[in-house]
Amino acid sequence: MSAFWVLVGWAVREAVRRRVFLVVGVLTIGYLALYSLGTRVAFRSLGDDGPNGVAVDTHDLAGATLTGLAMFAVLFLGSVLAVFLGVAAFRGDAEAGLLQPIVTRPVGRGVVVLSRAAAAAVVSGGYVAVVYALSLLVVQVNGSWSPSSPLGPGARLVAAVVVVSALCVLGSTVLSTVANGIATFMVFGAGLFAGLMGQVARGIGSTTLQHVATGVSWGLPFEALYQDGLAALGSQQDGLTKTLVQLGPFGGGAPASHWLWAYLVGYLALVLGAAVLVATRRDL
Amino acid sequence: MQPGELVGLLGPNGAGKSTLVKAACGLVHPTSGEVRVCGAPAGSRAARVRLGYLPETFRQPAWCTADELLRLHQRLAGAAPSAARRSELLTLVGLPGLERLRVDAMSKGMAQRLALATSLVGSPALLLLDEPTSALDPVGRRLVRQVLEHLRDQGVAVLLNSHLLSEVELVCDRVAILRAGRVVAEGTPQELSHPSGLEVETALGTQVFAGVRREDVPALVARLVGEGQQVYAVRPLGGALEDAYLAAVEGESS
Repeated sequence: MSAFWVLVGWAVREAVRRRVFLVVGVLTIGYLALYSLGTRVAFRSLGDDGPNGVAVDTHDLAGATLTGLAMFAVLFLGSVLAVFLGVAAFRGDAEAGLLQPIVTRPVGRGVVVLSRAAAAAVVSGGYVAVVYALSLLVVQVNGSWSPSSPLGPGARLVAAVVVVSALCVLGSTVLSTVANGIATFMVFGAGLFAGLMGQVARGIGSTTLQHVATGVSWGLPFEALYQDGLAALGSQQDGLTKTLVQLGPFGGGAPASHWLWAYLVGYLALVLGAAVLVATRRDL
Repeated sequence: MQPGELVGLLGPNGAGKSTLVKAACGLVHPTSGEVRVCGAPAGSRAARVRLGYLPETFRQPAWCTADELLRLHQRLAGAAPSAARRSELLTLVGLPGLERLRVDAMSKGMAQRLALATSLVGSPALLLLDEPTSALDPVGRRLVRQVLEHLRDQGVAVLLNSHLLSEVELVCDRVAILRAGRVVAEGTPQELSHPSGLEVETALGTQVFAGVRREDVPALVARLVGEGQQVYAVRPLGGALEDAYLAAVEGESS
């Protein structure tokens, strides 16, 4: 087995065996319990019409909106986990003295960085897939609703968290643990904010704001993936129901370009390539 | 450094001892000059295959066991993942039977012993030890000395970076004293110490023999015994390594 896979396996084991992972498990159970309660109450409280007698398919609207809410929660929880796993991947571990015994083995620093990024992506991506699936199950059980194509939004959420993991690992080659954690969360927040700003821009017809929001989405594609996932969620509705679903609970959906996935591959290669380059040149 | 040679690296704080060790490991890039390890450029794969490194900050992942950590290093070093070899290494550093002990359950001294065992994985030709006894009690220090002597017998070259002069004096074949990144003194501990004579304790009392060197001790003792004297102890007079160290370091600074 190559050093890369040895280190991926080691980092995955480290991720799931550290005590903090128990906290993640407990918080996830708490989220699912709260989400289940909210979903149950929401579906039981549904009337035939929307607010002020507006004619919408309330069952469809509730199902899609609650699933959109779950997508946001899962993206947030998955990103927190991705940051936790990648925040000290390089410089933090070097400052703690954990990295030096590894990189003095016949293993390239690039292999160490890529293996840490891969492990963070596998664990946080797997976590997102599982919690997203459980959230869909909650909506199905409580409201007998499910999206027409559940895999698409889920795949976009997983990819979004992989992007956050890669950015966090890149940050770890430059910044110390605390600084990297703060920086990654600020980048994450900036991406979400740009998504909201783009929605406002479309509402008020501001092309300048739309351009800014689009630019940020290219720079931070996890936001574009989230919006594309929300758009896929609303694809089975029509009319006013579709419009309301597209508004989303935390930023609206917007279909992405067909080139998003190809762009994503190039983007990850660029981010991880930069991480390897910085790690190789840095004194430890 | 030659195979089986133990070289002690001494110097005040900031002299560049750890930096030199890190440069040999490829952890830092030299601003000028070149470091070669076993004929290969420092930091290259060929160099890293042949060296073992115990860093001054020797933390290990808290969540894993001693056996898991050693197994990881076996796999990274390209060594056979032999459980028997892992047990052997743990026994060598005084942690027999503790394969399943988690790192977070270890004392600082035990963790340093484990770090030493880790550095020995892959049977390195050159071992770089940066303050290997900083967390050890006297028993642990003696054990490390025994390990170093064992390694010397195995033909492993060891570079020992330590502040403990007595330790260096006891085990090292050669000593280099660094100041501000430069070697200001080098030689065997005996050469550097320059003893000014010997103090011999006999039944008649303590006698001083000025100018007598270490090599002259057997002949001197034989002569005294031949004269019917009872010899209880022989001690070098003055000129300890500490004096040589202070002279080298302070001489440079003045």
